[in-house]
Amino acid sequence: MLSIKNLHVKLEEEDKQILKGVDLEIEAGKVHAIMGPNGSGKSTLSYVLSGKEGYEVTDGSALLEGADVLEMEPEERAAAGLFLAFQYPVEIPGVGNMTFLRTAVNAQRKARGEEEMSAAEFLKAVRARAKELKIDADMLKRPVNVGFSGGEKKRNEILQMAMLEPRMCILDETDSGLDVDAMKLVAEGVNALRSEGRGFLVITHYQRLLDHIKPDVVHIMADGKIVKSGGPELALEVENNGYGDILAEVA
Amino acid sequence: MADAAEKISTTDARLGGLSLPAGGWSETARKDALARVQAMGLPERRDEYWKYTRPDTLTQADAVPAALFDNDEAPIFGEMERLNIVFVDGVFDAEASDDLSLEGVTIDRLAEAATDIHWARDLYGALETKGQDPVARPLAALNTAFATDGVLIHVTGNPSKPINLTYHHRSETSDAILHHVIRLDPGAEVTVLESGPAAARFNKCMEVEVADGATFHHVRAQGRDHERRAATHIFARLGTESVFKSFTLTANGVLTRNECVIELTGDDAVAHVAGACVGDGDFHHDDTVFITHDAVGCESRQVFKKVLRNGATGVFQGKILVKKDAQKTDGYQISQSLLLDDDSQFLAKPELEIYADDVACSHGSTSGAIDEDALFYLRSRGVPEGPATDLLTLAFLAEAVEEIENEDLRDEINDRLAAWLERHRS
Repeated sequence: MLSIKNLHVKLEEEDKQILKGVDLEIEAGKVHAIMGPNGSGKSTLSYVLSGKEGYEVTDGSALLEGADVLEMEPEERAAAGLFLAFQYPVEIPGVGNMTFLRTAVNAQRKARGEEEMSAAEFLKAVRARAKELKIDADMLKRPVNVGFSGGEKKRNEILQMAMLEPRMCILDETDSGLDVDAMKLVAEGVNALRSEGRGFLVITHYQRLLDHIKPDVVHIMADGKIVKSGGPELALEVENNGYGDILAEVA
Repeated sequence: MADAAEKISTTDARLGGLSLPAGGWSETARKDALARVQAMGLPERRDEYWKYTRPDTLTQADAVPAALFDNDEAPIFGEMERLNIVFVDGVFDAEASDDLSLEGVTIDRLAEAATDIHWARDLYGALETKGQDPVARPLAALNTAFATDGVLIHVTGNPSKPINLTYHHRSETSDAILHHVIRLDPGAEVTVLESGPAAARFNKCMEVEVADGATFHHVRAQGRDHERRAATHIFARLGTESVFKSFTLTANGVLTRNECVIELTGDDAVAHVAGACVGDGDFHHDDTVFITHDAVGCESRQVFKKVLRNGATGVFQGKILVKKDAQKTDGYQISQSLLLDDDSQFLAKPELEIYADDVACSHGSTSGAIDEDALFYLRSRGVPEGPATDLLTLAFLAEAVEEIENEDLRDEINDRLAAWLERHRS
């Protein structure tokens, strides 16, 4: 699904290398988690994959089902099936949540040469999915993320994911700022989307999210590299002992 | 002294080319207006009120020719039920206009109403005269003196459809001066629509008397002709519990100066003035607004949004004057520009002058670029950069467009804005 090889990335504005050779293979149907201390490059990886400006790829590659995503515009990556659930979802005053969702869904369909969704069809689909995520009609009407609580913003991200039906989902610290109940709701939303044809990359600081979204593979990232990979037990090790032991072990 | 001499020569040159329509009930008002403009002199670049907008092409003897702009767009407001009044290069076109009779309103053509005693006699030039204090508006006085056409609209009830004034531009050298007078009787309600480029140079004045409990809606779309020039004035006087709402869309036009002068004279009156303008390249747009609160408990809102690119210039001069006894005034003013590149500029002069002690007045003015984070967010969801930028631009303009109460009119304006943005993508 997603194949990252020897990815090197620096900040465009300053001479600072953030990713120093990331290798990662995410298969369809699998959930991979990346954990790591602050500043290890986890969020940078998600931004680079989704096409945010300000980063320069100095070496390596990232292929989504064989296609070079690093060469694509952000909207092309989205149409190709890549989705990033933002750590900090952006507020867009003046743009209604429904308008935003429908514009996005139809823009992707158009880019893929598919027929656009009719207003009625769209409304039906969004209502059903919103209900599962406990997103009420008022939240759908309000401007995108404006005045939303932390939990509402994250639920709104998952709603977008559910509507856009991406093949490769990247969740960037989706658990940050959530209480236990909100996290459960978000995790349920994600779990409902798990399927054979879809890959997940879950970036998190803490193991607790992984209690709810059970990963197949856990990677530890430090100083711009994946330093250790293993099964779900690796997340528990981090929870119990912190990163210190693992980092010392691989140093 | 050189300034004064220059002013006189500009004024003389301009007035020399015009002739005062003689006779009829408006003659006295026209002569008085001529005396006013002679005393004031036409605007000069050095005048404080014209600091940000060069008046020379508006005041020189002849209009700068403006190429006709062809577009295959359907006329705005074309789909609605309305009473059409058409002007071509500033001349009433009876053929193209509807029959002017409509229940709840009487409409006369200014040029034809000239011989009788007319209800408009007490109003023609009266609000304009009042609006000359404390700031001189010589182009409006010139208009009162020399207007060759226009309509006199007396609203006695609640006409079933809007009155739609359309201004066609067919001659490259046309120089039009139109003056409309609108009077709403107590409790009456009307919607007046205006659209079109009008002429190479257009001087238009609209005086609106809104009696107690009456409601006036005004939605205007200034034509897309690139080379047209316009100086327009609205003078309105509001009675007790009356409502005045005016919205203007301006797309293109090398020079537009829209002045709006409102006096709230009856308690609990409401005045909203809003504008959305979009300019690309050789575009200069000036909104100059002066709202005077002279009664208790009145509300006024000024909401102006400008989208500027490729060296376009936007100007806003907005004032709220609250007189000593105008307690419980609620005044709001916002002017904002979205600069789509580094070459464009927005010049704003917001002013508050308050003599009452129990008022709530706020004002703000900002200039900004497209929010890059919001743009990336939209693109990451699959919306390409062009449509994403348009969506954010429409969101920026929304606060102004939402001032239009009627949903159909609001949609029509939004559609025009969206189409313009799509055509003008980089």
